[in-house]
Amino acid sequence: MMDGTKGFTDTLTGEQKIRNFNINFGPQHPAAHGVLRLVLELDGEIVERCDPHIGLLHRGTEKLMESRTYLQNLPYLDRLDYVAPMNQEHAWCLALERLTGTEVPRRASLIRVLYSEIGRVLNHLLNVTTQAMDVGALTPPLWGFNEREKLMDFYERASGARLHAAYFRPGGVHQDLPPALINDIEKWAEEFPQKLDDIDTLLTENRIFKQRNADIGVVSEEEITDWGFSGVMVRGSGLAWDLRRAQPYECYDEFDFKIPVGKNGDCYDRYLCRMAEMRESTSIIRQAIAKLRAPEGQGDVMARGKITPPKRGDMKTSMEALIHHFKLYTEGFHVPAGEVYAAVEAPKGEFGVYLVADGTNKPYRAKLRAPGFLHLQAMDHMAKGHMLADVSAILGSMDIVFGEVDR
Amino acid sequence: MSDAQDHALKELGAYIEVKQPDAVLEVSVAFGELTVTVTASSIADFVRFLKTDETCRFSTLIDITAVDYPQRRQRFDVVYHFLSMYRNQRIRIKSAVREDEMIASITDIHPSANWFEREVFDMFGILYSGHPDLRRILTDYGFRGHPLRKDFPTTGYVEVRYDEDAKRVVYEPVSLPQDYRQFDFMSPWEGANYILPGDEKGAAK
Repeated sequence: MMDGTKGFTDTLTGEQKIRNFNINFGPQHPAAHGVLRLVLELDGEIVERCDPHIGLLHRGTEKLMESRTYLQNLPYLDRLDYVAPMNQEHAWCLALERLTGTEVPRRASLIRVLYSEIGRVLNHLLNVTTQAMDVGALTPPLWGFNEREKLMDFYERASGARLHAAYFRPGGVHQDLPPALINDIEKWAEEFPQKLDDIDTLLTENRIFKQRNADIGVVSEEEITDWGFSGVMVRGSGLAWDLRRAQPYECYDEFDFKIPVGKNGDCYDRYLCRMAEMRESTSIIRQAIAKLRAPEGQGDVMARGKITPPKRGDMKTSMEALIHHFKLYTEGFHVPAGEVYAAVEAPKGEFGVYLVADGTNKPYRAKLRAPGFLHLQAMDHMAKGHMLADVSAILGSMDIVFGEVDR
Repeated sequence: MSDAQDHALKELGAYIEVKQPDAVLEVSVAFGELTVTVTASSIADFVRFLKTDETCRFSTLIDITAVDYPQRRQRFDVVYHFLSMYRNQRIRIKSAVREDEMIASITDIHPSANWFEREVFDMFGILYSGHPDLRRILTDYGFRGHPLRKDFPTTGYVEVRYDEDAKRVVYEPVSLPQDYRQFDFMSPWEGANYILPGDEKGAAK
């Protein structure tokens, strides 16, 4: 201990006593990916114990949600995993749609798939490149952020906001996509694989990157179930578990995509999985665009009814539509009593919303299940026995974002 | 959700009920999800059964949370979600506990329960027996109260600011220039539990 409670006996024995060293990693550390405070106990350079102190970004989202209407709560979901905001909204919308029994129109469903995959690329681009930064490379983040910028432009052109989109709504999506935007996304999806190849040349066979990541933080099948891992943390170890395939939601079952899996379950395999997933996502984006252009893909983007606003044109002519619009945005819609757990395959793993509705316009209880929470929990288990420098590599490959861990 | 899936869930629910008759209080299938209500005292054994039984194999713990019902005698519902990656099925387990009652920790069955139980303790003040390290997790060091209880105000009790004179961050009681806005949207025709202005005479009858 550093505080001297054990007494300083060096002079008494005349021998150098070796003691473990405690250090604070963070909360202001560039490799802590936000506000993580790790208390590390080191034996030389080997980590003996790693105690993450979280909650520095706790905003009380779940408490706040209990005093707001279902629609007002939607933007809170953006602020959880702010790297891929729309994927979180998706879980919220799915939960509400299941409780209210709303059927989402096909075009809205396709747009959701399109933007969920854009979110996945957004997330993986950030993670792969910052993980490279954590182990010493500076160029990948610069290249990656360039691409992210383009994707956030697509977010902005669809929803008006680059990050906190609030675009997926219960019953569909807020607005239809203009044809020019769809064309631009398609153009991007054609160019993007080359950009990925560029990042590939920087990292995949890079000697330093491999030395820092291969055989570090190996996850076995038993550890996956013990620690409740999901997403790439599972797939990196060779289990082809993906909610989009295993428990299809939205219209993922019509899409043709592969689930990349790793072999060794180490940080390097997880990196490879993310790279491969970005390629698969790009292919899903291209398929979604083709389906959006097909005649079946046309139509409204909202299931018009009690939980969605009326069309602008209707409000000019119909008094009922006007009243409905006013009531929807002040009082909000009422959701029948019941409880539901809706999960999506968010880029980081299984993101779920457990919702207890009591028949009013506000949730009685909303619990947000973040994948990063469980991944970070296993930090002590995974970092034990590794070197101090490996802590940042493991942390990077776990893909932690504090918005969702702390809520 | 299709009928076939509902049927499979009902079958699974019936199987669990037969195997664990002492623990299970109720089995229901709603919105395509299986919910099993069990007694609080049997929760650890029941979770172990779910993990080891060949038909269930609920090996992944998804979530532990609680719901507060202050008007009930057994105030809290502790809610567990499990997933079986092998059988591709989910289950929700609920158990009611009183405020002064402890519930068994499941950390030795699912290590991942550790932080979830700490969170539930932090947010609701439910105590887990046998938990290795029941500290607060999300709230501030030295925080008092359990924020997700319904009787805890959304604004909290204390606020912090940097004090220039003391040269440190100080804690003060919350002072709001304006009351926290909680609109009542219940229609006065359905279930308002207050007397409308001008209606006092009518209510007295």
